[in-house]
Amino acid sequence: MSATLLPEAPKQQKIPKVHNPKTPTTTKEPLIVQWTLIGISVAFLSLFLLLPLAMIFISALQKGVVVYVEAITNSEALSAIKLTLLVVLIVVPLNTLFGILSALLISHHHFKGKSLLLTLIDLPFAVSPVIAGLIFVLIFGAQGLFGEWLLNHDIYVIFALPGIVLATLFVTVPFVARELIPLMQSQGQAEEEASHSLGASALKTFIYITLPKIKWGLLYGIILCNARVIGEFGAVSVVSGHIRGLTNTMPLHIEVLYNEYQFTAAFAVASLMSILALLTILIKNVIEWRSKEVSS
Amino acid sequence: MTILFSKKRRRPFRLPGFSLTLGFTIFYVSLLILLPLSMVIFHTLSLNWQNFLAIITDSRAISAYKLTLSTSFIAALLNVIFGTIIAWVLVRYQFFGKKFLDGIVDLPFALPTAVAGIALTSLYANNGWIGQFFSFKIAFTPIGIIIALTFIGLPFVVRTVQPVLDSFRTEEEEASASLGANRLQTFSKIIFPAMVPAILTGFTLAFARALGEYGSIVFIAGNLPFKTEITPLLIMTKLEQYDYAGATAIAFVMLLASFIFLFTMNGLQWLIQRKYSLNRSR
Repeated sequence: MSATLLPEAPKQQKIPKVHNPKTPTTTKEPLIVQWTLIGISVAFLSLFLLLPLAMIFISALQKGVVVYVEAITNSEALSAIKLTLLVVLIVVPLNTLFGILSALLISHHHFKGKSLLLTLIDLPFAVSPVIAGLIFVLIFGAQGLFGEWLLNHDIYVIFALPGIVLATLFVTVPFVARELIPLMQSQGQAEEEASHSLGASALKTFIYITLPKIKWGLLYGIILCNARVIGEFGAVSVVSGHIRGLTNTMPLHIEVLYNEYQFTAAFAVASLMSILALLTILIKNVIEWRSKEVSS
Repeated sequence: MTILFSKKRRRPFRLPGFSLTLGFTIFYVSLLILLPLSMVIFHTLSLNWQNFLAIITDSRAISAYKLTLSTSFIAALLNVIFGTIIAWVLVRYQFFGKKFLDGIVDLPFALPTAVAGIALTSLYANNGWIGQFFSFKIAFTPIGIIIALTFIGLPFVVRTVQPVLDSFRTEEEEASASLGANRLQTFSKIIFPAMVPAILTGFTLAFARALGEYGSIVFIAGNLPFKTEITPLLIMTKLEQYDYAGATAIAFVMLLASFIFLFTMNGLQWLIQRKYSLNRSR
């Protein structure tokens, strides 16, 4: 039984595909079945993914470009964008460092309790974002473990940047690690051992041997982590306090605008985030395409 | 030579950096995951038992659990049905726009939940692009919640089933066909059993994600106690009223439920895979 908390997709050995143009018809479905299945898929994806996406951009531009530009350049929107970027700049490097070091540990070393550690790294995936925010309120909130001490020393964690950073860190801990661990485990460590036995230092081995091997997986992990950091809503919502112009990240800013029936402005900010999401998907596909090209 | 070598006990080669990576990883995980999460247990233990029981069995809480479980289950089931079809179509058939659709499947992973939430709410509201065609309400009812959860969970099923189908050997299908099986028999006896573990994994991931989902639901649900209030929202409401004890107790129940679910599914997965691999090796 796999000891990790979240199940991995079943491992499949790679078998080179043989393309046979004359595949017998008995291994294909009747055309009518094919068309029906394609039709269902296209309809479902259009209804659930494309239509909401189109809706965001159309609603954002409904009242013209001037309103659109104003909505994303007013001071509240700008401070939300700035705060979000600041959180990205703190959280993504930290979780990337953690992802690399934990993947090195798990793939290159043998020790007891490895599966327990893997389970712990996975834990944030199984925890509701709201609970992720709650746990930091329980520690740093006014009634929390350190609440009184922090209050006496004028340190603000909850309803301030540190709380937002902590909650976002928690939610995105597994992203880079889970991308790198299976990759590095499947690659083995023969090259690293050779490099080390020839006298290279650990740092040199990492930079010249390991890093080039894992660069695409690493980039993919960073991009996924980045997307989640930008978009995290539940956890941040609990710890931010929704102070306008101060502790509102972009998703929280959208929520405020939407609840005030400023739909066009809400969708304008949402469209910015959608562009980021589309870019993320594009980069992901380019990476997949590149790594397929390298392996073939 | 060989005797000489075998006498020498080969110790496994150890790469440097063990203590640094171990130290950092343990430190990071303890400080950021273990310690904060243990606060839920710590705070729950500090409640007295009767109080705890009263909070978690409150009728409002019970109806929130029921709503969360039922909508998550239905959404995960929809994802299994449509996700499997989509994965199949993307791997097996050629059609115009396939690459684009394949790429866009990841949208729910990349799009912030709040953005998805407001977009779906506007679409399915009474006067929305889709909502206007229905005589009954969709947004602000459990149906709206199911729609949002289906959106969120879709990539989990597609992306776990896709690689399995991708590496499936067509030789096995050909063998089945040459032995006289029709297409439906080949599918149900050869292809589908190979897909089951992946489908189950997809279901598990989608369901687990749906249980805790908040951002996309909060807009479309309407958030009426007893009717459209999901469990994460109940925690949020209690927090906003500074009822930390209540929020923590409900959070404890949620954590327990999702861990039990994940361990059960892991066990089930193990059983199925063992049965499947035994059948194969015979």
